Amino acid sequence: MNFLERLGSIILGTLRQVIEALALLFDTISWIIIGSVKNKLPKREGIFNQMVFAGVGSLIIAAFVSFFTGIVIAMQSAYQLSRFGANIYVAPMVSVGVARELGPVLTALVVAGRVGAAITAELGTMKVTEQIEALDTMALSPIRFLVVPRFLALLVMLPCLTLFADLLGIFGGFLVGVFNLHLDPYRYITFSFQFMEWKDVWTGLVKSFVFAVIISMVGCYMGLKTKGGAEGVGKSTTLSVVTSFIFIILFDCILTGIFYFTQK
Amino acid sequence: MDKEVVIKADGLTKKFGDRMILNGVSLEIYKGETFVIMGGSGCGKSTFLRHLTGALKPDSGKVYLLGKDLTALNEDEMDKLKKRIGMCFQSAALFDSMTVGENVSLPLKEHTKLEKSVIDIVVKMKLELVGLRGFEDLMPSQLSGGMRKRVGLARAIVMDPEIVFYDEPTAGLDPIVAGVIDKLILDLSKKLSITSVVVTHDMKSVFSIGDRIGMLYEGRALQVGTPDEMRNSSNQMVQQFISGSPDGPIRFFQQKDDYLEHLIR
Repeated sequence: MNFLERLGSIILGTLRQVIEALALLFDTISWIIIGSVKNKLPKREGIFNQMVFAGVGSLIIAAFVSFFTGIVIAMQSAYQLSRFGANIYVAPMVSVGVARELGPVLTALVVAGRVGAAITAELGTMKVTEQIEALDTMALSPIRFLVVPRFLALLVMLPCLTLFADLLGIFGGFLVGVFNLHLDPYRYITFSFQFMEWKDVWTGLVKSFVFAVIISMVGCYMGLKTKGGAEGVGKSTTLSVVTSFIFIILFDCILTGIFYFTQK
Repeated sequence: MDKEVVIKADGLTKKFGDRMILNGVSLEIYKGETFVIMGGSGCGKSTFLRHLTGALKPDSGKVYLLGKDLTALNEDEMDKLKKRIGMCFQSAALFDSMTVGENVSLPLKEHTKLEKSVIDIVVKMKLELVGLRGFEDLMPSQLSGGMRKRVGLARAIVMDPEIVFYDEPTAGLDPIVAGVIDKLILDLSKKLSITSVVVTHDMKSVFSIGDRIGMLYEGRALQVGTPDEMRNSSNQMVQQFISGSPDGPIRFFQQKDDYLEHLIR
Protein backbone atom coordinates (compact mmCIF):
# COMPACT_ATOMS: atom_id res chain seq x y z
CA MET A 1 0.00 0.00 0.00
CA ASN A 2 1.41 3.38 -0.88
CA PHE A 3 1.24 6.46 1.29
CA LEU A 4 -1.88 7.99 -0.28
CA GLU A 5 -3.83 4.75 -0.12
CA ARG A 6 -2.92 4.35 3.52
CA LEU A 7 -3.86 7.94 4.34
CA GLY A 8 -7.15 7.49 2.50
CA SER A 9 -8.02 4.33 4.37
CA ILE A 10 -7.21 5.95 7.73
CA ILE A 11 -9.42 8.94 6.94
CA LEU A 12 -12.25 6.74 5.70
CA GLY A 13 -11.95 4.53 8.78
CA THR A 14 -12.08 7.49 11.13
CA LEU A 15 -15.03 8.97 9.27
CA ARG A 16 -16.90 5.70 9.49
CA GLN A 17 -16.29 5.52 13.24
CA VAL A 18 -17.52 9.07 13.75
CA ILE A 19 -20.68 8.25 11.81
CA GLU A 20 -21.20 5.07 13.85
CA ALA A 21 -20.70 6.97 17.12
CA LEU A 22 -23.22 9.59 15.96
CA ALA A 23 -25.64 6.77 15.16
CA LEU A 24 -25.14 5.50 18.71
CA LEU A 25 -25.92 8.98 20.05
CA PHE A 26 -29.05 9.09 17.90
CA ASP A 27 -30.14 5.64 19.17
CA THR A 28 -29.47 6.68 22.75
CA ILE A 29 -31.56 9.83 22.45
CA SER A 30 -34.38 7.98 20.72
CA TRP A 31 -34.32 5.35 23.49
CA ILE A 32 -34.62 8.12 26.06
CA ILE A 33 -37.55 9.70 24.20
CA ILE A 34 -39.32 6.38 23.51
CA GLY A 35 -38.51 5.28 27.05
CA SER A 36 -40.10 8.31 28.65
CA VAL A 37 -43.21 8.01 26.46
CA LYS A 38 -43.68 4.26 26.97
CA ASN A 39 -42.44 4.32 30.56
CA LYS A 40 -39.62 1.95 29.66
CA LEU A 41 -36.67 3.99 30.90
CA PRO A 42 -33.93 2.06 32.67
CA LYS A 43 -34.36 1.53 36.38
CA ARG A 44 -33.63 4.61 38.49
CA GLU A 45 -31.32 2.57 40.66
CA GLY A 46 -29.02 1.91 37.67
CA ILE A 47 -28.85 5.58 36.71
CA PHE A 48 -28.30 6.53 40.35
CA ASN A 49 -25.39 4.08 40.71
CA GLN A 50 -23.77 5.55 37.62
CA MET A 51 -24.27 9.08 38.96
CA VAL A 52 -22.60 8.17 42.22
CA PHE A 53 -19.69 6.58 40.39
CA ALA A 54 -19.24 9.34 37.79
CA GLY A 55 -20.09 12.32 39.96
CA VAL A 56 -19.46 11.71 43.64
CA GLY A 57 -16.50 9.49 42.86
CA SER A 58 -14.84 12.18 40.75
CA LEU A 59 -15.46 14.98 43.25
CA ILE A 60 -12.17 14.82 45.10
CA ILE A 61 -9.92 14.57 42.07
CA ALA A 62 -11.84 17.29 40.18
CA ALA A 63 -11.70 19.55 43.24
CA PHE A 64 -8.00 18.88 43.70
CA VAL A 65 -7.16 19.74 40.09
CA SER A 66 -9.28 22.88 40.05
CA PHE A 67 -8.13 24.18 43.43
CA PHE A 68 -4.45 24.01 42.52
CA THR A 69 -5.10 25.40 39.05
CA GLY A 70 -6.81 28.38 40.70
CA ILE A 71 -3.69 28.92 42.81
CA VAL A 72 -1.44 28.66 39.76
CA ILE A 73 -3.45 31.13 37.69
CA ALA A 74 -3.49 33.58 40.58
CA MET A 75 0.28 33.40 40.97
CA GLN A 76 0.97 33.55 37.25
CA SER A 77 -1.30 36.54 36.68
CA ALA A 78 0.00 38.32 39.81
CA TYR A 79 3.48 38.02 38.33
CA GLN A 80 2.33 40.14 35.38
CA LEU A 81 -0.24 42.38 37.05
CA SER A 82 2.00 43.42 39.95
CA ARG A 83 4.21 45.30 37.48
CA PHE A 84 1.28 47.64 36.87
CA GLY A 85 0.25 47.72 40.50
CA ALA A 86 -2.98 46.07 39.47
CA ASN A 87 -2.91 43.15 41.89
CA ILE A 88 -6.60 43.37 42.63
CA TYR A 89 -7.34 42.32 39.04
CA VAL A 90 -6.05 38.87 39.91
CA ALA A 91 -9.54 38.29 41.33
CA PRO A 92 -11.58 38.65 38.10
CA MET A 93 -8.77 37.03 36.11
CA VAL A 94 -9.12 33.86 38.14
CA SER A 95 -12.91 33.85 38.45
CA VAL A 96 -13.64 34.56 34.78
CA GLY A 97 -10.86 32.29 33.52
CA VAL A 98 -11.97 29.39 35.66
CA ALA A 99 -15.67 29.75 34.93
CA ARG A 100 -15.29 30.16 31.17
CA GLU A 101 -12.46 27.80 30.44
CA LEU A 102 -10.50 25.90 33.03
CA GLY A 103 -13.36 24.64 35.19
CA PRO A 104 -15.24 22.91 32.36
CA VAL A 105 -12.18 21.71 30.39
CA LEU A 106 -10.06 20.39 33.26
CA THR A 107 -13.03 18.69 34.87
CA ALA A 108 -13.94 17.08 31.55
CA LEU A 109 -10.37 15.84 31.06
CA VAL A 110 -10.28 14.39 34.57
CA VAL A 111 -13.64 12.70 34.09
CA ALA A 112 -12.64 11.39 30.64
CA GLY A 113 -9.58 9.77 32.21
CA ARG A 114 -11.46 8.35 35.14
CA VAL A 115 -15.04 7.66 34.05
CA GLY A 116 -14.64 7.38 30.27
CA ALA A 117 -11.89 4.79 30.69
CA ALA A 118 -13.98 2.85 33.20
CA ILE A 119 -17.01 2.85 30.88
CA THR A 120 -14.95 1.51 27.97
CA ALA A 121 -13.20 -1.11 30.07
CA GLU A 122 -16.46 -2.33 31.59
CA LEU A 123 -18.47 -2.46 28.35
CA GLY A 124 -15.45 -3.88 26.50
CA THR A 125 -15.09 -6.71 28.99
CA MET A 126 -18.82 -7.38 28.75
CA LYS A 127 -18.50 -7.50 24.98
CA VAL A 128 -15.62 -9.99 24.89
CA THR A 129 -17.22 -12.25 27.53
CA GLU A 130 -20.51 -12.51 25.56
CA GLN A 131 -22.46 -10.51 28.16
CA ILE A 132 -23.60 -7.95 25.59
CA GLU A 133 -24.85 -10.76 23.36
CA ALA A 134 -26.56 -12.33 26.38
CA LEU A 135 -28.46 -9.08 26.98
CA ASP A 136 -29.47 -9.04 23.35
CA THR A 137 -30.78 -12.61 23.36
CA MET A 138 -32.88 -11.71 26.41
CA ALA A 139 -34.47 -8.97 24.29
CA LEU A 140 -32.81 -6.32 26.47
CA SER A 141 -31.26 -3.60 24.35
CA PRO A 142 -27.65 -2.94 25.41
CA ILE A 143 -28.24 0.70 24.50
CA ARG A 144 -31.19 1.07 26.82
CA PHE A 145 -29.64 -1.04 29.53
CA LEU A 146 -26.01 0.11 29.48
CA VAL A 147 -25.59 3.26 27.40
CA VAL A 148 -28.60 5.33 28.49
CA PRO A 149 -27.83 5.26 32.25
CA ARG A 150 -24.20 6.23 31.66
CA PHE A 151 -25.17 8.96 29.22
CA LEU A 152 -27.79 10.48 31.56
CA ALA A 153 -25.51 10.20 34.60
CA LEU A 154 -22.69 12.10 32.92
CA LEU A 155 -25.07 14.67 31.44
CA VAL A 156 -26.26 15.55 34.95
CA MET A 157 -23.05 15.10 36.91
CA LEU A 158 -20.43 16.74 34.70
CA PRO A 159 -22.06 20.23 34.87
CA CYS A 160 -22.47 19.77 38.63
CA LEU A 161 -18.82 18.84 38.97
CA THR A 162 -17.93 21.83 36.80
CA LEU A 163 -19.80 24.26 39.05
CA PHE A 164 -18.09 22.75 42.04
CA ALA A 165 -14.71 23.02 40.31
CA ASP A 166 -15.42 26.66 39.44
CA LEU A 167 -15.96 27.47 43.09
CA LEU A 168 -12.84 25.66 44.24
CA GLY A 169 -10.70 27.28 41.56
CA ILE A 170 -11.90 30.69 42.68
CA PHE A 171 -11.20 29.72 46.27
CA GLY A 172 -7.63 28.73 45.33
CA GLY A 173 -7.10 32.14 43.77
CA PHE A 174 -8.63 33.77 46.82
CA LEU A 175 -6.06 32.14 49.10
CA VAL A 176 -3.19 33.47 46.99
CA GLY A 177 -4.80 36.93 46.83
CA VAL A 178 -5.34 37.19 50.56
CA PHE A 179 -2.26 35.49 52.00
CA ASN A 180 0.36 36.25 49.38
CA LEU A 181 -0.77 39.50 47.74
CA HIS A 182 -2.32 40.78 51.00
CA LEU A 183 -5.49 41.93 49.32
CA ASP A 184 -8.55 42.66 51.43
CA PRO A 185 -10.72 39.50 51.42
CA TYR A 186 -13.97 41.42 51.05
CA ARG A 187 -12.62 43.48 48.19
CA TYR A 188 -11.23 40.36 46.51
CA ILE A 189 -14.62 38.65 46.56
CA THR A 190 -16.46 41.78 45.35
CA PHE A 191 -14.01 42.13 42.48
CA SER A 192 -14.26 38.44 41.61
CA PHE A 193 -17.99 38.59 41.08
CA GLN A 194 -18.25 42.17 39.86
CA PHE A 195 -16.43 41.36 36.65
CA MET A 196 -17.92 37.95 36.23
CA GLU A 197 -21.10 37.91 34.22
CA TRP A 198 -23.86 35.34 34.19
CA LYS A 199 -22.79 34.55 30.64
CA ASP A 200 -19.34 33.42 31.80
CA VAL A 201 -20.93 30.70 33.88
CA TRP A 202 -23.53 29.43 31.44
CA THR A 203 -21.14 29.27 28.50
CA GLY A 204 -18.92 27.11 30.72
CA LEU A 205 -21.88 24.89 31.55
CA VAL A 206 -22.85 24.55 27.87
CA LYS A 207 -19.32 23.34 27.26
CA SER A 208 -19.54 20.80 30.03
CA PHE A 209 -22.82 19.44 28.60
CA VAL A 210 -21.13 18.92 25.25
CA PHE A 211 -18.11 17.30 26.95
CA ALA A 212 -20.45 14.95 28.83
CA VAL A 213 -21.94 13.81 25.51
CA ILE A 214 -18.43 13.31 24.09
CA ILE A 215 -17.11 11.32 27.06
CA SER A 216 -20.13 9.04 27.37
CA MET A 217 -20.53 8.42 23.65
CA VAL A 218 -16.84 7.81 22.95
CA GLY A 219 -16.60 5.60 26.05
CA CYS A 220 -19.65 3.50 25.18
CA TYR A 221 -18.86 3.32 21.47
CA MET A 222 -15.29 2.12 22.04
CA GLY A 223 -16.52 -0.36 24.64
CA LEU A 224 -19.22 -1.86 22.43
CA LYS A 225 -16.81 -2.10 19.49
CA THR A 226 -14.20 -4.03 21.48
CA LYS A 227 -12.84 -7.21 19.92
CA GLY A 228 -10.13 -9.65 20.80
CA GLY A 229 -10.04 -10.51 24.48
CA ALA A 230 -8.06 -8.78 27.22
CA GLU A 231 -5.70 -7.13 24.75
CA GLY A 232 -8.67 -5.68 22.89
CA VAL A 233 -10.11 -4.22 26.09
CA GLY A 234 -6.78 -2.52 26.83
CA LYS A 235 -6.56 -1.12 23.34
CA SER A 236 -10.11 0.24 23.34
CA THR A 237 -9.65 1.83 26.74
CA THR A 238 -6.53 3.69 25.67
CA LEU A 239 -8.15 4.71 22.42
CA SER A 240 -11.25 5.88 24.26
CA VAL A 241 -9.33 8.22 26.56
CA VAL A 242 -7.17 9.60 23.75
CA THR A 243 -10.18 10.16 21.49
CA SER A 244 -12.15 11.85 24.27
CA PHE A 245 -9.21 14.19 24.99
CA ILE A 246 -8.90 15.14 21.33
CA PHE A 247 -12.61 15.82 20.92
CA ILE A 248 -12.85 17.75 24.20
CA ILE A 249 -10.05 20.11 23.14
CA LEU A 250 -11.43 20.38 19.60
CA PHE A 251 -14.95 21.20 20.75
CA ASP A 252 -13.60 23.57 23.41
CA CYS A 253 -11.98 25.54 20.62
CA ILE A 254 -15.10 25.47 18.43
CA LEU A 255 -17.44 26.47 21.26
CA THR A 256 -15.13 29.20 22.52
CA GLY A 257 -15.05 30.55 18.96
CA ILE A 258 -18.83 30.50 18.72
CA PHE A 259 -19.27 32.27 22.06
CA TYR A 260 -16.53 34.74 21.23
CA PHE A 261 -18.16 35.85 18.01
CA THR A 262 -21.80 35.69 19.08
CA GLN A 263 -21.87 36.62 22.77
CA LYS A 264 -20.11 39.96 22.77
CA MET B 1 -45.78 -39.56 12.27
CA ASP B 2 -46.08 -35.86 11.66
CA LYS B 3 -43.94 -33.76 13.93
CA GLU B 4 -44.25 -30.06 14.42
CA VAL B 5 -41.23 -28.21 13.05
CA VAL B 6 -40.16 -25.39 15.42
CA ILE B 7 -36.87 -24.47 13.78
CA LYS B 8 -36.14 -24.64 10.11
CA ALA B 9 -32.94 -23.49 8.45
CA ASP B 10 -33.11 -23.27 4.70
CA GLY B 11 -29.91 -22.91 2.69
CA LEU B 12 -28.08 -20.65 5.14
CA THR B 13 -24.87 -19.10 3.89
CA LYS B 14 -22.56 -16.75 5.76
CA LYS B 15 -19.19 -15.31 4.89
CA PHE B 16 -16.77 -13.60 7.27
CA GLY B 17 -14.46 -11.69 4.99
CA ASP B 18 -13.30 -14.23 2.42
CA ARG B 19 -13.95 -17.26 4.59
CA MET B 20 -17.12 -19.17 3.86
CA ILE B 21 -18.38 -20.25 7.30
CA LEU B 22 -21.81 -21.56 6.38
CA ASN B 23 -22.27 -22.94 2.92
CA GLY B 24 -25.95 -23.74 2.54
CA VAL B 25 -27.04 -25.40 5.79
CA SER B 26 -30.57 -26.82 5.79
CA LEU B 27 -32.05 -28.53 8.85
CA GLU B 28 -35.36 -29.07 10.59
CA ILE B 29 -35.74 -29.38 14.34
CA TYR B 30 -38.95 -30.79 15.83
CA LYS B 31 -40.88 -29.73 18.85
CA GLY B 32 -39.79 -31.26 22.17
CA GLU B 33 -36.70 -33.03 20.89
CA THR B 34 -33.10 -32.57 21.92
CA PHE B 35 -31.15 -31.84 18.79
CA VAL B 36 -27.38 -31.97 18.94
CA ILE B 37 -25.21 -30.17 16.43
CA MET B 38 -21.73 -31.61 16.35
CA GLY B 39 -18.67 -30.86 14.29
CA GLY B 40 -15.03 -29.94 14.63
CA SER B 41 -13.77 -26.64 15.96
CA GLY B 42 -14.23 -23.87 13.44
CA CYS B 43 -16.76 -25.73 11.31
CA GLY B 44 -19.38 -23.07 11.93
CA LYS B 45 -21.41 -24.69 14.73
CA SER B 46 -21.49 -21.60 16.93
CA THR B 47 -22.07 -19.34 13.95
CA PHE B 48 -24.99 -21.54 12.93
CA LEU B 49 -26.43 -21.33 16.45
CA ARG B 50 -26.18 -17.55 16.38
CA HIS B 51 -28.21 -17.54 13.19
CA LEU B 52 -30.93 -19.57 14.87
CA THR B 53 -31.15 -17.09 17.77
CA GLY B 54 -31.22 -14.11 15.45
CA ALA B 55 -27.91 -12.71 16.72
CA LEU B 56 -26.48 -12.94 13.20
CA LYS B 57 -28.22 -12.43 9.88
CA PRO B 58 -27.45 -14.86 7.05
CA ASP B 59 -26.02 -13.63 3.75
CA SER B 60 -28.62 -15.76 2.02
CA GLY B 61 -31.13 -18.40 3.03
CA LYS B 62 -33.89 -18.31 5.61
CA VAL B 63 -34.39 -19.23 9.26
CA TYR B 64 -37.84 -20.03 10.58
CA LEU B 65 -38.11 -19.96 14.35
CA LEU B 66 -41.48 -20.92 15.89
CA GLY B 67 -43.04 -20.36 12.49
CA LYS B 68 -41.64 -16.87 11.95
CA ASP B 69 -39.11 -15.92 9.29
CA LEU B 70 -36.27 -14.33 11.28
CA THR B 71 -34.83 -12.53 8.28
CA ALA B 72 -38.09 -10.62 7.74
CA LEU B 73 -38.91 -9.55 11.31
CA ASN B 74 -38.63 -5.99 12.57
CA GLU B 75 -37.08 -5.22 15.94
CA ASP B 76 -40.27 -5.29 18.00
CA GLU B 77 -41.36 -8.64 16.57
CA MET B 78 -37.85 -9.97 17.07
CA ASP B 79 -37.90 -8.89 20.73
CA LYS B 80 -41.21 -10.70 21.25
CA LEU B 81 -39.72 -13.83 19.74
CA LYS B 82 -36.55 -13.56 21.83
CA LYS B 83 -38.64 -13.72 24.99
CA ARG B 84 -39.79 -17.21 23.91
CA ILE B 85 -36.24 -18.60 23.60
CA GLY B 86 -33.37 -19.01 26.04
CA MET B 87 -29.67 -19.17 25.37
CA CYS B 88 -26.93 -20.76 27.41
CA PHE B 89 -23.52 -19.35 26.56
CA GLN B 90 -20.22 -21.17 26.42
CA SER B 91 -18.70 -18.80 28.99
CA ALA B 92 -22.05 -18.58 30.86
CA ALA B 93 -21.99 -14.80 30.18
CA LEU B 94 -23.29 -13.92 33.64
CA PHE B 95 -23.32 -10.21 34.44
CA ASP B 96 -20.35 -9.70 36.76
CA SER B 97 -21.84 -6.67 38.45
CA MET B 98 -24.95 -8.54 39.62
CA THR B 99 -25.48 -11.32 42.14
CA VAL B 100 -26.62 -14.76 41.05
CA GLY B 101 -30.19 -13.90 42.07
CA GLU B 102 -30.17 -10.63 40.14
CA ASN B 103 -28.76 -12.37 37.09
CA VAL B 104 -31.49 -14.97 37.06
CA SER B 105 -34.30 -12.51 37.85
CA LEU B 106 -33.25 -9.87 35.31
CA PRO B 107 -35.46 -11.01 32.39
CA LEU B 108 -38.47 -11.29 34.73
CA LYS B 109 -37.88 -7.84 36.22
CA GLU B 110 -37.53 -6.26 32.80
CA HIS B 111 -40.18 -8.10 30.81
CA THR B 112 -42.96 -8.89 33.27
CA LYS B 113 -45.00 -6.93 35.77
CA LEU B 114 -44.69 -9.60 38.46
CA GLU B 115 -44.40 -8.60 42.12
CA LYS B 116 -40.95 -8.83 43.62
CA SER B 117 -42.05 -11.58 46.00
CA VAL B 118 -43.30 -13.66 43.06
CA ILE B 119 -40.06 -13.09 41.17
CA ASP B 120 -38.09 -14.22 44.20
CA ILE B 121 -40.05 -17.47 44.32
CA VAL B 122 -39.56 -18.10 40.59
CA VAL B 123 -35.82 -17.47 40.95
CA LYS B 124 -35.62 -19.93 43.84
CA MET B 125 -37.49 -22.54 41.79
CA LYS B 126 -35.20 -22.15 38.80
CA LEU B 127 -32.09 -22.28 40.97
CA GLU B 128 -33.47 -25.42 42.64
CA LEU B 129 -33.80 -27.00 39.18
CA VAL B 130 -30.08 -26.51 38.58
CA GLY B 131 -29.19 -27.45 42.17
CA LEU B 132 -28.02 -24.02 43.29
CA ARG B 133 -30.81 -22.84 45.59
CA GLY B 134 -29.32 -20.75 48.39
CA PHE B 135 -26.63 -19.21 46.19
CA GLU B 136 -28.75 -16.14 45.31
CA ASP B 137 -26.53 -13.61 47.03
CA LEU B 138 -23.15 -14.74 45.71
CA MET B 139 -21.38 -12.88 42.92
CA PRO B 140 -20.53 -14.81 39.72
CA SER B 141 -16.82 -14.40 40.45
CA GLN B 142 -17.27 -16.50 43.60
CA LEU B 143 -18.56 -19.50 41.64
CA SER B 144 -16.73 -22.31 39.87
CA GLY B 145 -17.01 -22.75 36.10
CA GLY B 146 -19.59 -25.51 36.37
CA MET B 147 -21.72 -23.56 38.83
CA ARG B 148 -21.60 -20.53 36.57
CA LYS B 149 -22.86 -22.59 33.66
CA ARG B 150 -25.70 -23.86 35.80
CA VAL B 151 -26.63 -20.31 36.79
CA GLY B 152 -26.52 -19.40 33.10
CA LEU B 153 -28.89 -22.30 32.48
CA ALA B 154 -31.24 -21.11 35.23
CA ARG B 155 -31.23 -17.64 33.67
CA ALA B 156 -31.93 -19.11 30.23
CA ILE B 157 -35.05 -20.92 31.45
CA VAL B 158 -36.40 -18.28 33.82
CA MET B 159 -38.90 -16.97 31.27
CA ASP B 160 -40.15 -20.53 30.59
CA PRO B 161 -38.92 -20.52 27.00
CA GLU B 162 -40.13 -22.92 24.33
CA ILE B 163 -36.64 -23.45 22.93
CA VAL B 164 -33.31 -23.38 24.74
CA PHE B 165 -30.02 -23.13 22.85
CA TYR B 166 -26.82 -24.39 24.43
CA ASP B 167 -23.40 -23.39 23.16
CA GLU B 168 -20.89 -26.04 24.26
CA PRO B 169 -22.48 -26.58 27.67
CA THR B 170 -19.90 -29.13 28.82
CA ALA B 171 -16.72 -27.69 27.30
CA GLY B 172 -13.93 -27.26 29.83
CA LEU B 173 -15.73 -29.03 32.67
CA ASP B 174 -14.65 -32.14 34.53
CA PRO B 175 -16.47 -35.37 33.51
CA ILE B 176 -18.73 -35.44 36.55
CA VAL B 177 -19.90 -31.84 36.20
CA ALA B 178 -20.29 -32.45 32.47
CA GLY B 179 -22.48 -35.44 33.30
CA VAL B 180 -24.52 -33.32 35.71
CA ILE B 181 -25.08 -30.68 33.03
CA ASP B 182 -26.08 -33.34 30.49
CA LYS B 183 -28.59 -34.74 32.94
CA LEU B 184 -29.94 -31.24 33.58
CA ILE B 185 -30.46 -30.64 29.89
CA LEU B 186 -32.32 -33.95 29.60
CA ASP B 187 -34.39 -33.26 32.72
CA LEU B 188 -35.39 -29.84 31.48
CA SER B 189 -36.43 -31.17 28.10
CA LYS B 190 -38.49 -33.97 29.61
CA LYS B 191 -39.94 -32.11 32.61
CA LEU B 192 -40.71 -28.82 30.91
CA SER B 193 -41.01 -30.25 27.38
CA ILE B 194 -38.59 -27.68 26.06
CA THR B 195 -37.02 -28.08 22.64
CA SER B 196 -33.24 -28.11 23.15
CA VAL B 197 -30.62 -27.33 20.57
CA VAL B 198 -27.14 -28.22 21.78
CA VAL B 199 -23.90 -27.39 20.03
CA THR B 200 -21.06 -29.57 21.24
CA HIS B 201 -18.14 -31.71 20.23
CA ASP B 202 -18.19 -33.74 23.40
CA MET B 203 -19.03 -37.22 22.00
CA LYS B 204 -20.17 -38.56 25.35
CA SER B 205 -22.87 -35.94 25.71
CA VAL B 206 -23.78 -36.11 22.03
CA PHE B 207 -24.94 -39.70 22.42
CA SER B 208 -26.32 -39.40 25.94
CA ILE B 209 -28.64 -36.45 25.32
CA GLY B 210 -29.33 -36.34 21.59
CA ASP B 211 -32.69 -37.47 20.21
CA ARG B 212 -31.32 -36.54 16.82
CA ILE B 213 -27.87 -35.46 15.76
CA GLY B 214 -26.70 -33.28 12.92
CA MET B 215 -23.09 -33.13 11.89
CA LEU B 216 -21.74 -29.95 10.34
CA TYR B 217 -18.67 -30.10 8.17
CA GLU B 218 -17.21 -27.28 6.09
CA GLY B 219 -20.33 -25.20 6.43
CA ARG B 220 -22.77 -27.92 5.40
CA ALA B 221 -25.03 -30.34 7.22
CA LEU B 222 -23.15 -33.55 6.44
CA GLN B 223 -25.63 -35.96 7.96
CA VAL B 224 -28.67 -35.78 10.24
CA GLY B 225 -30.04 -38.78 12.09
CA THR B 226 -30.75 -40.57 15.36
CA PRO B 227 -27.79 -41.66 17.51
CA ASP B 228 -28.05 -45.19 16.11
CA GLU B 229 -28.14 -43.98 12.54
CA MET B 230 -25.06 -41.88 13.21
CA ARG B 231 -23.19 -44.75 14.86
CA ASN B 232 -23.94 -47.01 11.90
CA SER B 233 -23.37 -44.32 9.33
CA SER B 234 -21.56 -45.36 6.21
CA ASN B 235 -20.11 -41.87 5.93
CA GLN B 236 -16.39 -42.06 6.65
CA MET B 237 -16.25 -38.50 8.00
CA VAL B 238 -19.00 -39.14 10.54
CA GLN B 239 -17.25 -42.34 11.61
CA GLN B 240 -13.93 -40.56 11.95
CA PHE B 241 -15.48 -37.79 14.04
CA ILE B 242 -17.23 -40.22 16.38
CA SER B 243 -14.14 -42.33 16.91
CA GLY B 244 -11.88 -39.29 17.14
CA SER B 245 -9.32 -40.82 14.84
CA PRO B 246 -6.60 -38.55 13.49
CA ASP B 247 -6.52 -40.48 10.19
CA GLY B 248 -9.38 -40.24 7.76
CA PRO B 249 -11.07 -38.04 5.22
CA ILE B 250 -11.28 -35.02 7.57
CA ARG B 251 -7.99 -33.23 7.29
CA PHE B 252 -6.71 -31.66 10.48
CA PHE B 253 -4.21 -29.48 8.66
CA GLN B 254 -5.81 -26.60 6.87
CA GLN B 255 -2.85 -25.37 4.81
CA LYS B 256 -3.61 -25.35 1.14
CA ASP B 257 -0.11 -24.89 -0.24
CA ASP B 258 2.53 -27.56 -0.48
CA TYR B 259 4.68 -28.02 2.62
CA LEU B 260 7.97 -28.47 0.76
CA GLU B 261 7.35 -25.50 -1.47
CA HIS B 262 6.48 -23.38 1.57
CA LEU B 263 9.71 -24.38 3.32
CA ILE B 264 12.06 -23.50 0.48
CA ARG B 265 10.16 -20.44 -0.72
